[in-house]
Amino acid sequence: MALHIITGNRLIDGLVVFLAEDGGWTETLAASRVIEDDEELAQMKTLAAAAAKAAIVVEPYPIDVTRDDGEVRPVRYRERIRAFGPSIHPAFAKQDAAGHFAAEDDDEESPVSRKRA
Amino acid sequence: MYRYDEFDQRLIDERVAQFREQVARRLSGELTEDEFKPLRLMNGVYLQLHAYMLRVSIPYGLLSSRQLRMLAHIARTYDRDYGHFTTRQNIQYNWPKLEDLPDILADLASVEMHAIQTSGNSFRNTTADQYAGVAADEVEDSRIYAEIIRQWSTLHPEFSFLPRKFKIAVTASPKDRTAVWFHDIGVIMHRDEQGEVGFEILAGGGQGRTPMIGKTVRKFVPKKHLLSYLEAIMRVYNMLGRRDNLFKARIKILVHETGIDEFRRLVEAEWAQIKNGYLDLPQAEIDRITDHFQPPAYETLADASPEFKKKLREDKDFATWITANTAAHKRSGYAIVNLSLKPIGVPPGDLTSAQMDAVADLADRYSFGELRATHEQNLTFADVRKTDLYALWQELKKHNLATANVGLIGDIICCPGLDYCALANARSIPVAQRIARRFQDLKRQHDIGPLRLKMSGCINACGHHHVGHIGILGVDRKGEEYYQITLGGSADEHASIGDILGPAFPSDKVVDAVEALIDTYLDIRNDGEAFLETYRRVGKEPFKERLYATA
Amino acid sequence: MPLLKDEALADDPWIAVADDQELPADSPVIVSQERWLARAKDLAGRNAPIGILLKSHQSPAAIAGDLDRFSLVALEFPHFKDGRAYSYARLLRERYGFKGEIRAVGNVLRDQHQFMIRCGFDAFELRAGEDPAEWRKHANAFSVFYQPATDRRVTALELRHAKPAE
Repeated sequence: MALHIITGNRLIDGLVVFLAEDGGWTETLAASRVIEDDEELAQMKTLAAAAAKAAIVVEPYPIDVTRDDGEVRPVRYRERIRAFGPSIHPAFAKQDAAGHFAAEDDDEESPVSRKRA
Repeated sequence: MYRYDEFDQRLIDERVAQFREQVARRLSGELTEDEFKPLRLMNGVYLQLHAYMLRVSIPYGLLSSRQLRMLAHIARTYDRDYGHFTTRQNIQYNWPKLEDLPDILADLASVEMHAIQTSGNSFRNTTADQYAGVAADEVEDSRIYAEIIRQWSTLHPEFSFLPRKFKIAVTASPKDRTAVWFHDIGVIMHRDEQGEVGFEILAGGGQGRTPMIGKTVRKFVPKKHLLSYLEAIMRVYNMLGRRDNLFKARIKILVHETGIDEFRRLVEAEWAQIKNGYLDLPQAEIDRITDHFQPPAYETLADASPEFKKKLREDKDFATWITANTAAHKRSGYAIVNLSLKPIGVPPGDLTSAQMDAVADLADRYSFGELRATHEQNLTFADVRKTDLYALWQELKKHNLATANVGLIGDIICCPGLDYCALANARSIPVAQRIARRFQDLKRQHDIGPLRLKMSGCINACGHHHVGHIGILGVDRKGEEYYQITLGGSADEHASIGDILGPAFPSDKVVDAVEALIDTYLDIRNDGEAFLETYRRVGKEPFKERLYATA
Repeated sequence: MPLLKDEALADDPWIAVADDQELPADSPVIVSQERWLARAKDLAGRNAPIGILLKSHQSPAAIAGDLDRFSLVALEFPHFKDGRAYSYARLLRERYGFKGEIRAVGNVLRDQHQFMIRCGFDAFELRAGEDPAEWRKHANAFSVFYQPATDRRVTALELRHAKPAE
């Protein structure tokens, strides 16, 4: 089955966070808890719902990810934007994400590919 | 400009206190997100992809330098050092923290600003002509009535939970610069046969999923009846607007499904009950607000000094900037100056806090301390002496605000798109930037002539793509970003909705497609014929052929 | 449900009766519009007060002619975002001259309290456990009113142009 992580926005500052191994919430994608089976997914959703109720995180939900050489990457492009940052503002990059940001030089035909990995 | 009295100030102070309490209840968990959402939306607070977003109201786009400095302060202190000007004359911040929002609103309140009703299902910012007060063709100053409508529509107890958002625009010139035909209610100021100034009231215009041009409900409403007439429309909408389907909840759907004649009958029946009552607008209040919009201390000046003419001859870049970025002022010796927020490489409409401070200083020096935000995401200095234009231009260049592209293809109107917005299907800004780069040569832009290119990242059309001469809509096709092109839209008094040309283009083909459209236009245009004129003369076939011929 | 009237918890003598339930003989009852329109004659001879519940799609226009028969009109909010009842309340008071109790029932938030008061509501059904003191705070969230409404609280416009006392 597909791999998942849980994501949401932190209530107090709105920033994108991921459910971490220790049950807390982290901004670092690499520290997110990768969920491997349905049973675990159900458990983590319950945990996340509790965190929403406890006013820690807003409307958490699971997303599909891939894991290559240990590197976790969201599948949906929209989730990659949430995880890595707005493609037009590399200054606001949240994690290392080669190829995510629009090239900064004058190469006008450098469309940032959003094809699935 | 309008200055708050004790009543205006107390209202926004009370709102700040109320919101502070609501945020505290949210942070403690007492309010769930579902309960908090409509409350935060009434204060312009969205939760988007990366963070909260705060939309600050700039009533009819008018700002003082003092207010702009505060906007800079907020960007610097609470956000990431920049703000984004929108297609409704507001400003947005993309990174505020919820816990800071009460303080941000308190800072705004200290300069007579707020974020009330910039989102949610109530009245939004009432917009007006960015050339109000200085355009020779205006009947009266549209801002006066925009301010009257602003107050009447703020925290209206009956209309704070409408089926959907509600946008009103006021114009007072035969040349419409407000997109009045594409608003939920449009107010067109004009004279009747007796020379009395009143309002043509339109309803049911809008863009989004189902673009529609507004319809006239009443051709002439005298000033004193303005608020009662609007209230009658709102009551009909509040009671009969659809609440079963979010995408069918705007008043345009009600007008369309009811038919304008029946809709008018309902409105007039309601109005008959409430006119000549306590909603009549007293002349004393019109006078009080009019007093706030008196012309500034203009000097008596010759229209164009010899030095100015000399500079025009000698400095081609200056002349180019004058041609694109300035407009005629009704007063001799003055000019309207548009600051382009569309330099190459910058997301359209973005301004750094340093630029905001610079613009505030320049407004003080060159334009009586005021400026306007336009619905095309630029800024306007309304009252610049022609003798100052050269010096101002030098200053604007230093701050990257003098790109001579206003009204041209480089002056792209663009929503934040998938890079920021939770509603988007595709990114918009990178494509806009690539188009701008392809056409960055100014000579080429000026040769192409007036061209409104507008882009949206989803069908909500915040980039107003339906009314672009060239409109581009980002769509998601099986996980890929594709771009659909429309042609022939127009937001002025000859309102039209763009025609879809054909299948959408992938991201790496869309810039070429736009270039092909421009080339087609250049090939077939008559002398002096602008893009939109050519399109209206020849229709979409030549453009369609060129775009899709080489399949 | 706790009932708020005059900013305090009040006893509620009213019984909401489902369409297929028999009416208790001597209690004030709240009936649906459907029941009223279908069985007005049956209810006609009733001694105890009658109230009517209007759903959010039911404008009071349909029963405007019968308002002198009701001591109470309950306006339902299926969701707090459904704002139709604000208009209904205003029409009841200002168009049809209704002087009885107008009660907000259903999904209402205390943050809407002042808006409702201004539109003519004078009774509010709270959620179980809600604190009337919190509602009271919201009744006076704002002291400035830009637009005239049912409560005819003086507006900023009126204050600005008030003639000074002689």
